[in-house]
Amino acid sequence: MDSHTIITALAPLVPGAAYEVGASIDFPVIYVPADRLVQTGVALHEAPSLRFTALVEVTATDYFPRDPRFEVVYHLLSIPNRQRLRLKVRVGESGSVPTVQSVWPSAGWLEREVWDMFGIVFDGHPDLRRLLMPEDWEGHPQRKDYPVQIRKAAQTYEPLEISEEEFKANLQRDRTRRMAQ
Amino acid sequence: MAELRTETMTVNMGPQHPSTHGVLRLVLELDGEVVRSLRPTIGYLHTGIEKTAEQKKWQQVVPLVERMDYLGAQSNSLAYVLSVEKLLDLAMPRRVNDIRVLIAELQRIASHLIWLGTHALEIGAVSMLFYAFRERELIMNINELVAGFRFFPSYFRVGGLREDLPRGFHEAVNAFLDRFPGKIDEFEGLLNKNDIFMRRTQGVGILSADEALAWGLVGPIARACGVDYDVRRYFPYSGYETYDFEVPTEREGDVYARYRVRMRELRECVKICRQAIARITPTGAWACDDPRVVPPPKDKVYTEMEALIQHFLIYSQGFTVPAGDAYVPVEGPRGEHGVYIVSDGTNRPWRIKMRAPSLFAIQALPNIVQGGLIADVVAVIGSTDVVMGDCDR
Repeated sequence: MDSHTIITALAPLVPGAAYEVGASIDFPVIYVPADRLVQTGVALHEAPSLRFTALVEVTATDYFPRDPRFEVVYHLLSIPNRQRLRLKVRVGESGSVPTVQSVWPSAGWLEREVWDMFGIVFDGHPDLRRLLMPEDWEGHPQRKDYPVQIRKAAQTYEPLEISEEEFKANLQRDRTRRMAQ
Repeated sequence: MAELRTETMTVNMGPQHPSTHGVLRLVLELDGEVVRSLRPTIGYLHTGIEKTAEQKKWQQVVPLVERMDYLGAQSNSLAYVLSVEKLLDLAMPRRVNDIRVLIAELQRIASHLIWLGTHALEIGAVSMLFYAFRERELIMNINELVAGFRFFPSYFRVGGLREDLPRGFHEAVNAFLDRFPGKIDEFEGLLNKNDIFMRRTQGVGILSADEALAWGLVGPIARACGVDYDVRRYFPYSGYETYDFEVPTEREGDVYARYRVRMRELRECVKICRQAIARITPTGAWACDDPRVVPPPKDKVYTEMEALIQHFLIYSQGFTVPAGDAYVPVEGPRGEHGVYIVSDGTNRPWRIKMRAPSLFAIQALPNIVQGGLIADVVAVIGSTDVVMGDCDR
């Protein structure tokens, strides 16, 4: 199965989508417009001739200073057809990509990692928090304009000093909150 | 009797907990002993290897990627060198492929032995740890013999191997292969029919085949649910298609089935190793003959001008890789290890992304554990065989 066969199979399932064949040396590559990504995913997952039931990787590449800057890359696997497929979505600095969690649940953390590392927003993601970096980190480290080595002042916290009364009050507060739920 | 008022309790398990295989933090919401919800928090071991790799030359990345999944180090570097070789369009001599297969399978045995020891230790069979580490020590000795380094040998290089096999390699490998099948019998004798082990593992942490695929758990976990997917069989690399081996699968999808799959895999590893060591001649080609990547032999460097220049260029500037991208998966000890590399045509990678099987396993953990008992959490983590270095990279 090459890229053209897959696009031909997809055409009736996702009418009007402008797919583009990408250059590749290993397996088919298709550029998908961001607004048709979820529909395309459903078609790839469900169509009996395709059956891409496993999403094995989501990542992104920063082609700074090219515009649009990012490419989000999805690697799909079809075990019954012994076939792999790479989807690419072009997205700019301020653009966003819809989440594909409804099609492949495994996308959840992978999209979080892409947001963490590149700052690409996934629309509709229920839990778009940082995955690898600390939650209060500033910036997105895998971007090409993010320095490799930076000097940051060490983050310090005030030592935890709490009186016994405060401790008991906190305990009571948590308990009433849980009981109320 | 008056109705009992109960409330749930939130418990932190980790990041420093002996059963979490490194720095994994789980926030458990417990109702008595039943796990109501589980929230994994990762990132404590994030070292930015992918960002660092973008600053290195292509060949310098090999030791870096070995430090991601530190138990299956050489399956990481195998995936990496194969992906760079794919972009360079290099073909390896047969002997190099056979040595790579042998080393990768020995690494799988070593990784499975750590899994076996720690998994059994956590659910009560303490002595298994010592038996498993005793055998693993022999593989570490083989690593030391080959590369002078026990844990991260960096023996695979883009374009072949670092150097030829040392004297005594065949004897060491054969001695291990003769000894090891008897030890697998011993391990299985200790655990297979062990009543405590079976009660702790059978019917625990059940996962269906569809769920495993939906969560991207391609590897031993999916094979324990009856999915016969194995990269070595479906997308052969390094000549795996020429080896005779089976892909063990089980139907139940519980912790015990994952144990059975990995134990049977150990036997298949021995089978592959035996075929490989029979094919490998004591001396012969240990790299391809592409002058872009492989430095010339030392005697030529000292006698020929062109060889000296070539040697100098490879070691000072490195080699360039044609622009493009490639994703190469290999079957690592924990499932599909894949490397996605992007080159912009220079001597340094533009982007490297490692597919981390442990990340997928931890992501799916709440799905496997919720509704079970807290004691089962430990058994399930052990059965998924997560390595936090792989997960956080």
